[in-house]
Formats: sequence, C-alpha cells, structure tokens
Amino acid sequence: MPADFNWAIGGEAGDGIDSTGKIFAQALSRAGRHVFTSKDFASRIRGGYTAYKVRTSVDKVQSVVDRLDVLIALTPRTIDENLDELHDGSVIIYDGERTTMQDVEIPGEMIGLNVPLKALAEEAGGAIMRNVVALGAACAVTSFPIENLDSSLKKRFGDKGQAIVENNKEAARKGLEYVREEYDEEDLEYDLDTTDNDYVLLNGDEAIGMGAIAAGCKFYAGYPITPATDVMTYLTGRIEQFGGHVVQAEDELAAINLALGAARSGARSMTATSGPGIDLMTETFGLVATSETPLVICDVMRSGPSTGMPTKQEQGDLNMLLYGGHGEIPRFVLAPTTVAECFWKTVEAFNLAEQYQTPVYLTSDLSLAVTEQTFEPDAFDMDAVEIDRGKVVDDDSIGDHRTEQGQFKPHELTDDGVSPRAFPGTAGGAHMSTGLEHDELGRRTEDTEMRVKQVEKRDRKVETARAEEDWSPREFGDPEAENLVVSWGSNEGALVEALDLLEEEDVEVRVLSVPYIFPRPGLSEAFESAEEVVVVECNATGQFADVLEHDTLTRVKRVNKYNGVRFKADELAADIKETLEA
Amino acid sequence: MSSQVKFTDFKSDKQPTWCPGCGDFGTMNGMMKGLAETGNDPDNTFVVAGIGCSGKIGTYMHSYAIHGVHGRALPVGAGVKMANPELEVMVAGGDGDGYSIGAGHFVHAVRRNVDMSYVVMDNRIYGLTKGQASPTSREDFETATTPEGPKQPPVNPLALALASGATFIAQSFSSDALRHQEIVQQAIEHDGFGFVNVFSPCVTFNDVDTYDYFRDSLVDLADTDYDATDREAAKEKVLDADKEYMGVLYQDEDSVPYEAQHGLDSPMHEVDDGAPEGAMDLVREFY
Repeated sequence: MPADFNWAIGGEAGDGIDSTGKIFAQALSRAGRHVFTSKDFASRIRGGYTAYKVRTSVDKVQSVVDRLDVLIALTPRTIDENLDELHDGSVIIYDGERTTMQDVEIPGEMIGLNVPLKALAEEAGGAIMRNVVALGAACAVTSFPIENLDSSLKKRFGDKGQAIVENNKEAARKGLEYVREEYDEEDLEYDLDTTDNDYVLLNGDEAIGMGAIAAGCKFYAGYPITPATDVMTYLTGRIEQFGGHVVQAEDELAAINLALGAARSGARSMTATSGPGIDLMTETFGLVATSETPLVICDVMRSGPSTGMPTKQEQGDLNMLLYGGHGEIPRFVLAPTTVAECFWKTVEAFNLAEQYQTPVYLTSDLSLAVTEQTFEPDAFDMDAVEIDRGKVVDDDSIGDHRTEQGQFKPHELTDDGVSPRAFPGTAGGAHMSTGLEHDELGRRTEDTEMRVKQVEKRDRKVETARAEEDWSPREFGDPEAENLVVSWGSNEGALVEALDLLEEEDVEVRVLSVPYIFPRPGLSEAFESAEEVVVVECNATGQFADVLEHDTLTRVKRVNKYNGVRFKADELAADIKETLEA
Repeated sequence: MSSQVKFTDFKSDKQPTWCPGCGDFGTMNGMMKGLAETGNDPDNTFVVAGIGCSGKIGTYMHSYAIHGVHGRALPVGAGVKMANPELEVMVAGGDGDGYSIGAGHFVHAVRRNVDMSYVVMDNRIYGLTKGQASPTSREDFETATTPEGPKQPPVNPLALALASGATFIAQSFSSDALRHQEIVQQAIEHDGFGFVNVFSPCVTFNDVDTYDYFRDSLVDLADTDYDATDREAAKEKVLDADKEYMGVLYQDEDSVPYEAQHGLDSPMHEVDDGAPEGAMDLVREFY
C-alpha cells in the first residue's frame, strides 16, 4: 500500500470532470488528508479529453507523480491517455453499459470495475449524477468513509436545493453498495486513512484573489484569458463585500488603463492576464512607470509565443516581464513559488507598488493557477498581513512638498527616488502627470538636465529597494552540499520532493527557490561555493539561467521542460541527477 | 467645492504651444469655464488627456490630471471615476485619438455610461504629425498620405455614439464661445457619459473644415424646436448627410450612470492597517 494515493477522473470536456474531481478533492481535504490536484484540459468547451487528477496523502504533498491507483474512466480515451501511469493493481471504474465503453479491455493485471453508473444514477434521480455514483464506487475501493463526501456535495449543490443534495448522496451510496456487492473487497487493497486535521483547499488564482482583498485592493479590471480568469472570477462578488469593484473590460488595453485610472484615484488596484495580454498592456506599463503610479499587474503564464498552448504550462514570459517595453522601465517582478506564496506575494506586491510608486509584475503560471493544494489555515494568517502605503501626503503634510509658488511636486527629486503622493481631492495637491518626460511638477520637459535627473530618480527606487527589502530566496536541502539547484516560480514543490528522491540515491543537493526575479538575490557567493549549479525552469532557452549567468559570471547547467506539462518530482530528480553527472 | 472658483483657477502657467488661431484654445476655455460654472475646483477635478495636439490640454489646465497613451484616455477616466465617484472627471482627446486608435474604447465607454464628460477636439486631420487624414476626414480630402483622398467614408461619431446607446450626445464649435461653454456645461451636468464632439479647426493643415465653413454651415438646434429627448428625432439628425448641427442632439433624462448601477458611492482610497475585517471568512470558504 503506497504512502500516497493517486486517482483521476477523465472524460470529455462538458462531462463535469472538473466539478466531480473537486468534490472528491474537497472531501479528502475535509477528512484531514493532504491533497494536490492537477488538470489535463484542452482549449475547447465540449468534447476532447479532459482529466482531473488528485494526489493525496496523510503527509504533505506538493507535486504530481507518474502513478495512478484509481481511474474513473468515462471514455475509452481516458484509459489510453493514462496507460503510462497505470500499474498492476490499479483500479479502473467504468460504465460497461455505455455504448462507447462496451468493448473496453482492461489491460494486464489492472482491476476493472464495471459499474452501471448511468443506470444507478437514474435510480437515484437522474443520469446527470453518474459521476457522483463513480465517486461512491471510488469510496468503496479505498475504504474512504462515504460520509466525507456529503459535505462536499452539499457545498457543490446546496444552491440547487436540499432535494438535489439528497439525490446526490443517494447516488454516491448506490455506487458504493454496487461495488461492495459485486466485487471482492480483498482485491481492492487501497485504504485512505482520515485524520482530525483541518485543511483549506485552494488554487493559485484563488490565493492571488484572496491576497488582493487581504492587501486592501479595491479595484480590479481584467479581460478573460486562460489561465488568469479565475483571479477575476474569485474577486467578483467578493471584493464588493470589502468596498471594492471588478470591471470586465473590453480588452486588455482597457483593463490596464482602467486599473491605472483607479490607482491614480488612490485605490489599491490590480489587473491580471496571461502572456498575450501582457503584450497588449506593455505600452501602458511604460506610462504606469513613468507617471509613477502604483499598480499590480499579474501575469499567469501559459505556453507561448502568440496564442501558443493556452491550457498548457510554461514559464516563458520572464524576458518579457524583465525587459518588455520601449525605453528603460524601473519595475519589480515577483514570482510566487507555491499556492500559499501566491497569497503572500500578492500582499507584498501591493506594498512594493505603493512604497516605490511603480508597477509590480506578479508572475504566476498555469500550474500554480489550476492546482488546488491543501494548507493549514494559518498559512493564510490574516493577522500577519501588513499594509504599507508609502509616502502619501494629506492636506496637512502636503505643504512640505510644494514650490514657493505653492505647486505640488508629485515627481520631487528625492534621495530615495520616491516622491510624495497626493490622492485627488487633497487640497492644494492638483497636479499633472504624464508619460512624457517631465519635471518635478509633472509637466512635460525636454530639458536635458531634468531628463537625466528624472531617469536617475526613477532608477534610485530600485537601488533603495535593493537596500531596504529582503530579497532572499527560499532554501531547502543540505546547505553544505556541493551541488546547487536553483529554481523560480512553481517548480518549488516538485523540487522539494525531488530532493528526497535524490537523497535516497546519495545525491546531496542545496536548493534555492527564487521568488524575486527583479530585484533578485545576489547569488554569486552561493554559485562560487558550489561545484555544480543547475537551473531548473519550464522553458526551452533557460531565461532565468541566462540572467543568473550574467549576474554571477558563472556557467550553469540547465534542466528545461517545455512540452506544456509541469515538472513531476520523480522525473525532475532523474533529470537533475543526469545533468549533474553529465 | 468652492463658490469662489474662477475659470482662470483651472489655467496653468504654461503657455500653450498650439499654433496661433488653433481651435483648441477656444475648446479649452469652454472646458475651464464649464468646470468652474458647474461648481468644481482644481482639487476635485480630474482631467484625462489623450495624445496629439488635443492631448496637450492637461498641461495647460490646472487640476489633477494625467496624460495617457494614444487612444486610451477613456478607460483611464472611467477608472478614476469608479474609484472615486466624488471627483469631477473630464476626458479630452482628438478625432484620431478617439475615433481611430481609441474607437473600440469609445463604443464601450458610451455603453458603460460612467458619469464623466468626454470632449473631442475634432479638426478632421492629424495635426501634430503634420497633416495626414484622420478618421473624420472627408472622402476626397487630399493629404500627403492620401493624395487622392481617403476614399472611404468618414466615421460619424454622433451616429456611432447613438447606436452604442449613448445617453448624451452633443456637438459644438470652439469659436462660438458661449454656446460651446453652455454645451460643455450640459455634458458635465448630465448623469452619465456626456459626449461632446467639438469642431476645433486646424488652421495649419485643414483648409476645408475652416472657421468660415463651420460658421456658415452649422445649424444651431437652439434656434429650432428640436426635442433632444426624442431618440427617433436624434436618429434622423445624426444621419443627416446634408447638414451638420450644433447643440445637444440627444439626452436620455432617465440615464442611470454606471456608478449608481454598481453601487459605487464612495472613494476607494482608504485602506485598513492590516487585512480588512472579516478577511478570515475568505479562508474559511476553502474548508
């Protein structure tokens, strides 16, 4: 019996795969088990292959592995797609009465459970519940107490009335009973223990939305795009409860300009998009920086370039975020490394944006966005949220920042590069700002001396931030190890688990997971003390590796994955080992 | 808001670099007078400008202001107003800025009906890039980039606005100072998106759409018994191929602005010292 357990439900888009998977994932989480989910989906609304996979364990899980113990297959293709991950003893639940499933052959030593999902669902009140019947069957296979499903079903169907909830409970029990009656439980060896632990289960997009509200974000404008849309969906209806507002804009250009306008009004403001949207927003990004407007711009990366693979993983936008835009633009780029960090880095992004009055890119990716993961609730301890609004002046303090003629200086040349900020409405603060080069008053100038002063002033913010803030990476593994592995963004979970696998093979590794892309930690010392340095990232060219080679003047080895699928722990361990030995 | 405000309080000490005789001088004066007359002052006013000759206006006026990127002034203005409904927001742009690169935003700004005013300085030419055809240039208007004319019909901003569900559509003429100011004031006072297309002649590059042309051809609706609340009548007027009109062409007196529809009634700039009260409920939702 493996320590962790992997199951999946797969079928066609439109079959309710996602919501069924989530019902079971939530039930596991509520039963005190850790959960890590992943999704295979295509860019279509109905048809095609789609799957929701869940890895669960009593211990913490933070990546996916190449193994499936139980598969609910609603289509024959579901079995074909997952053949590599199925093993002897894997259980496949399917409905042999379904036309397309009648000729299904269960391979090798796998155990096929032919359950009349549709017929049992109809007995319980409607064919639509066949997925829930399958979940009941899965409970029988795993000795998972079916009562744990009930609250998930209530959460999912509560809005539709008590009768629907009861029908679904009944459907689940029919699935359970059918398996118990028709199959020998001794063949079904899986056993999912429950604990008393309380966990929350959420994905990266939800964590970013929650972080935004925690940080006092009041305004969000966005345009729907996979995989960033869930940030907007999360905020819609919730941010209003905290005095905020969500606008679905006509396009990404409007989205960032709406957000910029709200930020000029003094609201903590954000937009989120994915690569193609970042391209469109880039012109205004320059204006945001030049007008010194605090704004959080979230890029949930997917495979590019152009429309690329909208539903697949990649960390390919790093160069765009670091260098995108004409001219030279001071900016911050933060990259959360886990779902929980999506929350904290969002809070931090708002503080940095206002403290330094500059745009902050918050970059997540598809893997983080769609992965639901369990955490202790105090991983999101709201009492620990701190807000820093930077140099805001009010009616009383504005007098210190005016010319002799009484004009407010929104772009005052200060030692730290940060100027006073007056929200519109502040008496005596009326001022102009512009994307044109400007003087301290915000007025257009082509004066060569002032140009130099303003460029240097904006750049000084970055120097100040480098000195004032902590840009340290997260560290794992053996600090004394000769081999150093560096990663950014969502690879951390897989890397931490890969570390254990490497240890079993006596490969000692020190891991630095970098959440700050710019400014970023100085890694020269770490690189010099290492025998070998390997940089891990989900892109083809090694964009972060290039940057680190430039920083440290040290050649690094690279592990890159760019087929659209995130790193898996076991695969990553093998890749790192091979790269170190090469 | 102060009743002591004079229109010159909205004037900055920067001298405009517009060509002598440019229509934009008159357009701007009307905007400043309109703002002062409607009880606003520079500290509660936010002006958003686009790019082009018209976009320079933020520099010559005194208020809270931002000069945006080409064609995107309207969403900026909407964001300012949504996040602080107490501000008086005025967006200014030109025909290229608003009807070419920003045409998409124009349609959606009209639909969105945020309570702000939008003044377009329409000179039917690109001035700052030295004389190319604009989206409102006549079909046969010869320029360096359209030697035989654009050979395509001009954009009809009034019809576009009406078709998109505008609640206030007006047209004015920069040299008719009193009427222009009056029309701008009506746009400011309108509950919703107050759109004013202003004929603001370019004396350097456009020798067709001149002061004389507008003075002789414009029909002032104030001199007729026109009913601006009648949408059918407005359809006829905005599609009239033979005449051009000055005045309010359409006003929906029942207009409910975006902010009212969405319950936006207070500024969003206040933030708690930590996470807002009740934030822990957001975490509990994920149990």
